[in-house]
Amino acid sequence: MKTHTVGSVADLPTTGFDSAALTWWGTLAFMSLEGSGFILAAGAYLYLMAVNPPWPYHSPLPNYWPGTIVALLLLASLPLNHLTAKWARARDLAKVQFGLVGMSLFGIAPLIVRWFEFPALNIRWDANAYGSAVWFLLGLHATHLVTDVGDTLVLAALMFTRHANNGRRFGDVTDNAFYWDFVVLTWLPIYALIYWVPRIA
Amino acid sequence: MSAAAEPLRDSALDDAALQSRLAQIWGTAPGFWGWLTTVDHKLIGRRYIITALCFLVLGGLAALVMRLQLGRPDNTLIGPDLYDQLFTMHGATMMFLFAVPVLETIPVYLVPLMIGTRNVAFPRLNAFSYWVYLFGGVMLWVAFFFNSGPDAGWFTYVPLASQEYDVGNRSSIWAQMITYTELSGLAVAVEIIVTVFKMRAPGMTLDRIPLFVWAALVTAFMVLFAMPAVMVCSTMLMLDPLLGFRFFDWKNGGDVLLWQHLFWFFGHPEVYFIFIPATGIVSAIIPAFAQRKMFGYPAIVLALIATGFLSFGLWVHHMFVTGLPRLGESFFTASSMAVSVPAGVQIFCWIATLWGGALRWRTPLLFVLGFIVNFVIGGLTGVMVASVPIDTQVHDTYFVVAHLHYVLIGGGVFPLLAGIYYWFPKLYGRMLDETLGRWNFWLAMLGFNLAFFPMHILGLMGMPRRVYTYQAEMGWGGLNLLSTIGAFIFFASFVVLLANMVRSLRRGETAPDNPWNAGTLEWATSSPPPPQNFSRIPVVTDVEPLWDNPQSLPTVDGLRADRRELIVSTLVDAEPSVRESSPLPSIWPFAAAMVTSLTLFGSVFTARAIEWGAIPIAIVFIGWFWPKGAREEES
Repeated sequence: MKTHTVGSVADLPTTGFDSAALTWWGTLAFMSLEGSGFILAAGAYLYLMAVNPPWPYHSPLPNYWPGTIVALLLLASLPLNHLTAKWARARDLAKVQFGLVGMSLFGIAPLIVRWFEFPALNIRWDANAYGSAVWFLLGLHATHLVTDVGDTLVLAALMFTRHANNGRRFGDVTDNAFYWDFVVLTWLPIYALIYWVPRIA
Repeated sequence: MSAAAEPLRDSALDDAALQSRLAQIWGTAPGFWGWLTTVDHKLIGRRYIITALCFLVLGGLAALVMRLQLGRPDNTLIGPDLYDQLFTMHGATMMFLFAVPVLETIPVYLVPLMIGTRNVAFPRLNAFSYWVYLFGGVMLWVAFFFNSGPDAGWFTYVPLASQEYDVGNRSSIWAQMITYTELSGLAVAVEIIVTVFKMRAPGMTLDRIPLFVWAALVTAFMVLFAMPAVMVCSTMLMLDPLLGFRFFDWKNGGDVLLWQHLFWFFGHPEVYFIFIPATGIVSAIIPAFAQRKMFGYPAIVLALIATGFLSFGLWVHHMFVTGLPRLGESFFTASSMAVSVPAGVQIFCWIATLWGGALRWRTPLLFVLGFIVNFVIGGLTGVMVASVPIDTQVHDTYFVVAHLHYVLIGGGVFPLLAGIYYWFPKLYGRMLDETLGRWNFWLAMLGFNLAFFPMHILGLMGMPRRVYTYQAEMGWGGLNLLSTIGAFIFFASFVVLLANMVRSLRRGETAPDNPWNAGTLEWATSSPPPPQNFSRIPVVTDVEPLWDNPQSLPTVDGLRADRRELIVSTLVDAEPSVRESSPLPSIWPFAAAMVTSLTLFGSVFTARAIEWGAIPIAIVFIGWFWPKGAREEES
């Protein structure tokens, strides 16, 4: 079909941050679908709780300390996470490198505590449906934690290579920070559900 | 930077030079390597459609064997175990490997063309999703041929599907097939949402988005929020034999209805994953064949969105006989009836558009009209089974089998066939034959109604679903024979379609760019479109841009002509905001899909597979992510 030119996009930038970037929307979409998964797993837990009073079902209460430490570590990571994203938007490579190393450590620390969190649930996954539900919730969140820490480590390594000083890489850093917020924020309701709902109910 | 180092822009090239240069940059290498590594949405979309149609044939053959078995009473053609596997394979194949994938991925081909861009948002994720889907489907059918096909029905109810009643790993095979197909479906949903939100051509404001694209967008959102439910419950199901989880074990606090809630929270919206894109096809075809703009565009968009929302409030109507509280049942009756309102709005808008139009009675329009008739019948029986007293009577009978086939075939397959006849010329550059098309339509209409209408009566006579045979004294033989004859005629209609396609590809009439004089952007490209889709990105001035600009299409320039580049635009107004590069072909998506699929397959048998697979999975994803120094990776 014939065409005629009515405008030009030549002056547009070649990378955008946040909602101007495709990857930001992709990350948001993945957070939405993974968030649905969390909500449904939580729904299954509440359903099993409703049909099995008293709760926890034939089990002692879980020890809340490891989960609390994980929550505190995750919350403590948020300021550096946001600073790293801010430095990435300013394309300040040295600070981004510092931020990513720090975020790698902030990611590994709760993973170590998470290792001790599973036995602190005080029930095995195969003991009964309550055990299955708490292991499932904790495992689902642990998977997200592992994935994002892996992503942060790779990104941190990448930012020390010749590929680092590039708008697309800085965009990856802001998107990674965005996803870390999701990993932190989803832990709070799951933490409440596993450790405090059985104590209150 | 000196002027000599400035990258080459499209504004510096004339049309012919630009076209050939972009075709080279966006093209896929010939041969096997190109086939494995391509990230072209058209090649992947076409591959998805062809694969899904192959699964349609397999699912159809499974149905024919069942119909042969049921064609006369006390038949001994096949035994109960094979029959159980066949109806499960038929349902699982048709839903998870054919209908949802084909209707979710026709947009993979069409959406970028319809919104005026050059690829989908995440082309490598798109390639990855296809391979995972293919491997999942192949795994299911290979398992079937090794006598390990799932046998607990396509919705795999526990406790029948639980470890204590499962033979071998049949239920785990089903559950893992879900993981593959839903992983792929979710990836496609993410791509479609981001593509429609952020990659529309300049000027394509929300009220100029083609209705087909709206339908694809609503479907993608539904997939995003519903598919996780089936991934959660199928994972729970697999963890039962794999690690001894107790979600559905009633002796240890588990609950079998938890399965039904989770499954149908996905399963009901799933029906609309099929129906909504199918209505999108209808809304694309009707304006072209009535040669006038769609009546009630905003009403149709709102109806699509309303259907999407309401579909999440219907799942309990699959569970009316499980002894739920009366108030809950009443609520779900009301919501099930409410969903017929937006469906009705769409039907009235289509009729209103057709009413004053100069109709062209070609095959796509015939299938659209067939869709309206068959779907209305399915919709009416849907209103019937939404009522608890009627549902209690006909639950698990052939009445429900008739209803669901009228909705899914009437509401999904007829529009799909209309779409095949409508877009085949764009995909392959050849017209399908009109005479064979008419034979195809009338055989489909006759065969379908002959196969499924008698099932309403059989259901009312009390014939239950999922029985491998019945006694002559029941008096069901005559209607079952009629139904079997209908099934073969219906199958024959697909043979005619296949013959038509083969004939067309060999010696069909060459298709012009816009054989139907349609108004949307895919018809502005050549048939088939070049690798870059559009050498110059169009500027959209109307919901039917080609009718608004019949002589010459307005475009923008300024994109680079030395690398893959496209326009990212704003969400509401589609104002261009970024010149974004688009990834080159890559082997990593295939490698990642291979490693992921092998790990998932291994985990059917042992949980250790996840540990063994973790390291190769990490390696391939790092390989995928790591920059290779291409121009497309520069900022």
